[in-house]
Amino acid sequence: MKSMLALSMFFAVMVLSGCSNLTVLDPKGPVAEQQANLILFSIGFMLFIVVVVFVLFTLILVKYRERKSGPEYEPPHIEGNVFLEIVWTVIPIIILVVLAIPTVQTIFALEEAPEATSHKDPIVIHATSVDWKWVFSYPEENIETVNYLHIPEDHPILFKLASADSMGSFWIPSLGGQEYTMSGMMNELYLQADVPGEYRGRNANFTGEGFTEQTFTVTAESEEDYEEWVAEAQDAPELTQEKYNELMLKGHVEEMTFSETHLQWVDHGMDAEYATKVRNGELNEEENLKQDDDSHDSHSDMNHDDKKDSEEHSH
Amino acid sequence: MKLDEFFVTGDPLIYGADVSIALTLIGAIFALTYFKKWKWLWTEWLTTVDHKKLGIMYIIAAVLMLFRGGVDAMLMRAQLTVPDAGFLDANHYNEIFTTHGTIMIIFMAMPFLIGLINVVVPLQIGARDVAYPFLNAVSFWTFFMGAMLFNISFVIGGSPSAGWTSYVPLAGLELSPGVGQNYYLLGLQIAGIGTLLTGINFLVTILKMRVPSMKLMQMPIFTWSSLITMVIIIFAFPVLTVALALMTFDRLFGSHFFTMMDGGMPMLWANLFWIWGHPEVYIVILPAFGMFSEIISTFARKTLFGYKAMVYSMVVIAGLSFLVWVHHFFTMGAGGAVNSFFSITTMLIAVPTGVKIFNWLFTLYKGRIRFTTAMLWSLAFIPNFVIGGVTGVMLAMAAADYQYHNTYFLVAHFHYVLISGTVYACFAGLHFWYPKMFNHRLNERLGKWTFWIFVAGFNLCFFPMYFLGLAGMPRRVYTYGIGDGWMSLNVLATMGGVLMGIGFLILVYNIYYSFRYSPRETTGDPWDGRTLEWSTPAPVPHYNFAHLPEVKGHDAFWIMKEEIKQGKKPEKKPYKPIHMPSYSGVPVVMSVFFFIAGFGMVFSWNWMSILGLIGVLATMVIRSFDYDKGFYVSVEEIEEHEKTT
Repeated sequence: MKSMLALSMFFAVMVLSGCSNLTVLDPKGPVAEQQANLILFSIGFMLFIVVVVFVLFTLILVKYRERKSGPEYEPPHIEGNVFLEIVWTVIPIIILVVLAIPTVQTIFALEEAPEATSHKDPIVIHATSVDWKWVFSYPEENIETVNYLHIPEDHPILFKLASADSMGSFWIPSLGGQEYTMSGMMNELYLQADVPGEYRGRNANFTGEGFTEQTFTVTAESEEDYEEWVAEAQDAPELTQEKYNELMLKGHVEEMTFSETHLQWVDHGMDAEYATKVRNGELNEEENLKQDDDSHDSHSDMNHDDKKDSEEHSH
Repeated sequence: MKLDEFFVTGDPLIYGADVSIALTLIGAIFALTYFKKWKWLWTEWLTTVDHKKLGIMYIIAAVLMLFRGGVDAMLMRAQLTVPDAGFLDANHYNEIFTTHGTIMIIFMAMPFLIGLINVVVPLQIGARDVAYPFLNAVSFWTFFMGAMLFNISFVIGGSPSAGWTSYVPLAGLELSPGVGQNYYLLGLQIAGIGTLLTGINFLVTILKMRVPSMKLMQMPIFTWSSLITMVIIIFAFPVLTVALALMTFDRLFGSHFFTMMDGGMPMLWANLFWIWGHPEVYIVILPAFGMFSEIISTFARKTLFGYKAMVYSMVVIAGLSFLVWVHHFFTMGAGGAVNSFFSITTMLIAVPTGVKIFNWLFTLYKGRIRFTTAMLWSLAFIPNFVIGGVTGVMLAMAAADYQYHNTYFLVAHFHYVLISGTVYACFAGLHFWYPKMFNHRLNERLGKWTFWIFVAGFNLCFFPMYFLGLAGMPRRVYTYGIGDGWMSLNVLATMGGVLMGIGFLILVYNIYYSFRYSPRETTGDPWDGRTLEWSTPAPVPHYNFAHLPEVKGHDAFWIMKEEIKQGKKPEKKPYKPIHMPSYSGVPVVMSVFFFIAGFGMVFSWNWMSILGLIGVLATMVIRSFDYDKGFYVSVEEIEEHEKTT
């Protein structure tokens, strides 16, 4: 008995210590906060359902077990009960409606920049997953980092997500939910940090051998510190295409900082083939030029986007 | 290709597997030769078209696959117990979770259920065999050969490692150049033929082979669940067949359906996969629902509460199952309207499922509940499945799913529904129908030990995973750091996993123990059953029913027993010769050729795949010119059988 008690104490301690860091329920920004609220709201209803079923289940089992009713008891013939069946069809429907309304509202809310800071222009960061690293480009600041991010607090960030090869998922649990990165596709994701600090980000979608270590750090800091960091980064060595092509090879790298971004050569949201061509050694001089032409097309599209952004700036 | 590329080398675990496979094979061959059982094996089992024997073979294969998938699970738990463990490297871990998922779904859950359907459904509807007995044997053998092809990958050539979902571009030739992914494609393709044939076969069997007096709304609920499952199979499996074929073309013949290069569309794979994949989870859950309904009704000694609602709710679930596939990738960026639509359709599934839960509860209400092992599994299903179900609703809320997706929250959810749904049902059904298959019961005391240990282990293993997910642990990572704070919950999960393993071992021992010591059945009705399978004698004769039974309502056998209690004498009718199908060696030979063709394609050895396909065609031709129309069981033989019972 004592050992049972000790064992259950042990389990309780293990569970509680495990629960102390539920990142998803400890949001550090408005996006994660909306999601955490939705999760807590749904958990409430779910607990209600679980309790109702468990209580009914226990009562029925205790009351109608054979040991109690005796082997002589012959159960009645009951084929059903229309009223009861309507009740347990309608009540779940009501619960689902109550859950669906905030779900749909939140789905659409997350497509926009957070409301509280909507007067600020979002900072655009291109996040590109490459087996097995993360490349971040700040087109307006004209800097590029690998495996780490700096963002100002209380400022919406618009991530433009793409992949150079396998499908990844860009996820910073403290700041909000994830979204896929895909080659030849561009996804957009708004996130924001309200609390300065270091957060962990990672690829959440399996990408093979190096998937586990495909992580990055996010530093959320005050606007001044952020501006300082940007100025510093702009003095970093220039990103060359040769250097960038090295990043396209499979593997892990340390954190890196460059001035200039890779968007001048390739936009992975438009071009699904770049990394494969680099790996196959198919990007020789001539094709480089052609590639330039291609990416000029895509570039002009992107410029268009940027123009739109800058128009919004001027408003 | 060099020999050391052909065989997987360099890993002590694999060498251990090599040795154990070799020893098992040698042992089996030796035993068969020593006891002079080769002929018996061929004439009684390999060539059989008897649905009961095919069902038993399905179940044996499924239990073997449960062992294989379970060993994979144990290895994963061993690796994840403590941070930065070096037991498995990333590649090996990736292979193991890929094969674990694929085997458990395709080669364990489905064949286990199809095995039970094979044994039970024809007996429940008063049929002497299925509509297409030959096809049934083809189904089993293609499944079996597909499973074997998939399973040899870990010693020959290397296992697939792109996850059971095989998302491209990762599973494409550029990022997974080895043969492992080919094994996945060909193994599933060959097994999928069998599943599709089963779908057609049992659809026709249930619709056309019922005793004429059984109306649709008098069919046992397990038969209903099987019928609806077969409809889902017929609509869903062709999608998988096409998707697998397209990816096979991409990998073997240089096409560009799903590639990054030359305008391929990787997202299309995810869509096709889940258009099959989501109905697939209902393929493995609806028969489970049917079994729980039968077992709960039998051991509560009451007819099923709300029979019609149970049937309609399954029809609704089957329809909705084709309208929810996008919820597997809400995070693909499809936009608010699409995500909202699929959120709502997904949540809607909770309504018919909830109806079923309450109907089960009210079947128990005012019943006389006997806690047999089969009943314990069915009862434990209710609370555990509710936990899996409500977390499913949480996952259906797309905006929240962005945080759950790809995490252990999801892993916990689908294990809660698949284990407490499908696996509990397999165990419950095995205990329940075991006397029909083997003419003795499984030992109840050992069965209860298995039950308590397994259920405790299951909850200990998977409940902590919900919290791991909320703590940000992604699925499919092969290790984590001490700073992540995920260790204590992982330790709990591993302890639970060990308990589940122990429970499984006790079950296996129980099979042996009961074979040796369980008293043989004297009647065909050990549980005081309600449906027609219990009206057959023990052992069940190969023609099932000497006379076709007369059905007067739902719970047909119960009604018969009531009538006899009220003094009605069963009338003696003279026996007539019974027409039965002949056994055939063609299905097993054809499937061996499928295996050869598949193996050749895995390694791109064209001579071998062509040889195999010619063999397949040849066996089909042979079958086409087979004028064997079956045989008649003589009245004397029937009398002999019926006398002994």
